[in-house]
Amino acid sequence: MLLALDLPYWAQSLLRVLGGLVAVLLPAGTIVYVFLFKMMSFMQSRLGPMEAGPYGSMQLFAEVGKWLQKEDIMPEKADHSIFRIAPLIVLASTFLLVVVVPFGPDAWFTNFETGVFYALAVSSVSVLGILIAGWSSANKYSLLGGLRAAGQLIAYELPMVLAVVGVVIQAGTMNMQQIVVAQNAGEIFGWNGLGNPYILTQFIGFGVFMIAVQAELTQAPFDMPIAESELVSGYMTEYSGFRFLIFFIAEFATAGVFALIASVLFLGGWGVPFSWFGWHSIGEVSNWMNVVGPLIMFSKMMGLVFLIMWIRFSYPRFREDQLQRFAWKVLIPVSLVNIMLTAVLKVVF
Amino acid sequence: MSDFLRDYLTVVWFAATALLLSGLLLGISAAIRPNKPNYEKLMPYESGVDPVGLGWSQSQIRYYVFALLFVVFDVEAVFIFPWATQLERYAGFGLVEMGVFVFVLLLGLVYAWRKGVLRWV
Repeated sequence: MLLALDLPYWAQSLLRVLGGLVAVLLPAGTIVYVFLFKMMSFMQSRLGPMEAGPYGSMQLFAEVGKWLQKEDIMPEKADHSIFRIAPLIVLASTFLLVVVVPFGPDAWFTNFETGVFYALAVSSVSVLGILIAGWSSANKYSLLGGLRAAGQLIAYELPMVLAVVGVVIQAGTMNMQQIVVAQNAGEIFGWNGLGNPYILTQFIGFGVFMIAVQAELTQAPFDMPIAESELVSGYMTEYSGFRFLIFFIAEFATAGVFALIASVLFLGGWGVPFSWFGWHSIGEVSNWMNVVGPLIMFSKMMGLVFLIMWIRFSYPRFREDQLQRFAWKVLIPVSLVNIMLTAVLKVVF
Repeated sequence: MSDFLRDYLTVVWFAATALLLSGLLLGISAAIRPNKPNYEKLMPYESGVDPVGLGWSQSQIRYYVFALLFVVFDVEAVFIFPWATQLERYAGFGLVEMGVFVFVLLLGLVYAWRKGVLRWV
């Protein structure tokens, strides 16, 4: 199955789990170092971490070592068992999300017929973790932050779901692997030199999807649930030590996974245009794509996360009511119109 | 076991990995971190001011109407996706059907809008 080896089931599963760990932790670490430590510093005219390792590249290991030694403080009145579970749910939702992302013709974790459906369903699990984190802290700031997060995440869930429908209409399938194939084997008015990445036809959907991702990740300008200046980090106020770090890792790992999903849906995923090598279907794709595919996915992910972080560090924040109004009065009507337009064009052509 | 079920088993393995990983790291952390609680540390943090009343204070949940609308549109999405995969087969007929469906839902959104429930009062 994987790399043309015929492995027993347990070995496949072990490989997949290890691959999943790499697919979650490696992007998270790279994003934090490259964008959060270095890019943000350069945008603010400072150097960022410079001491640990060359150009501060070992900073992350120092940070993890530091967080491991921090005292774990839990408010006396907090709901202790739920308080402990909340960060685990948020991290688990990230792992559940990465399961559907294909990295190569055979390098996939799962090959669901309804992969898109699954991804969209699982992406809302983290709301539960955030809501119970806010509730169980027994802190007014946390409670407000948790409630705001729940309101924001359900409001932006809808545009995200509806933006993907356009892609499904064009590809005619909900399987992530076949969506990749449909894009790379596609053609633009008979010219197949670039395949047909859906960003060209679904640019409205792509825009709505990326805005919704920004809001789902509660990155500025959609950071009302976190709001350092008024809610002191909202639902995370009472978390300290390693439990806080789990929230932190999950936030950036989820950013990476959403970027991976966006690159599968809109940017052609792991594939190169099939016409370059004379391939026509997934069966003909050479084996080396299982190695090159993950690299292509990784570079596309870095590009999209760069976009997310660039917007995060550049724009002023929305107010809470503007944020809700934007989702319900702009994004949802726009994505519904996009669905109908795509459907009409699909039937006409 | 069929491939279909094996895919779901992989999902279970991934969830278990997430829990094991964080359990392991929390275990290491528990072994080496200090634990010296005192009264001030265990108070809810409210920017240095002593908290007044309970943490679970009454607050107005302003968006319960949004939550109802969310359910409506989420169910809509459940119906739209299967239609989207089969659009090529249904062609014009499917287009008109879904046009009517989406139009009715948009009417609902416009109604909610005019009623003023989309405001964060």
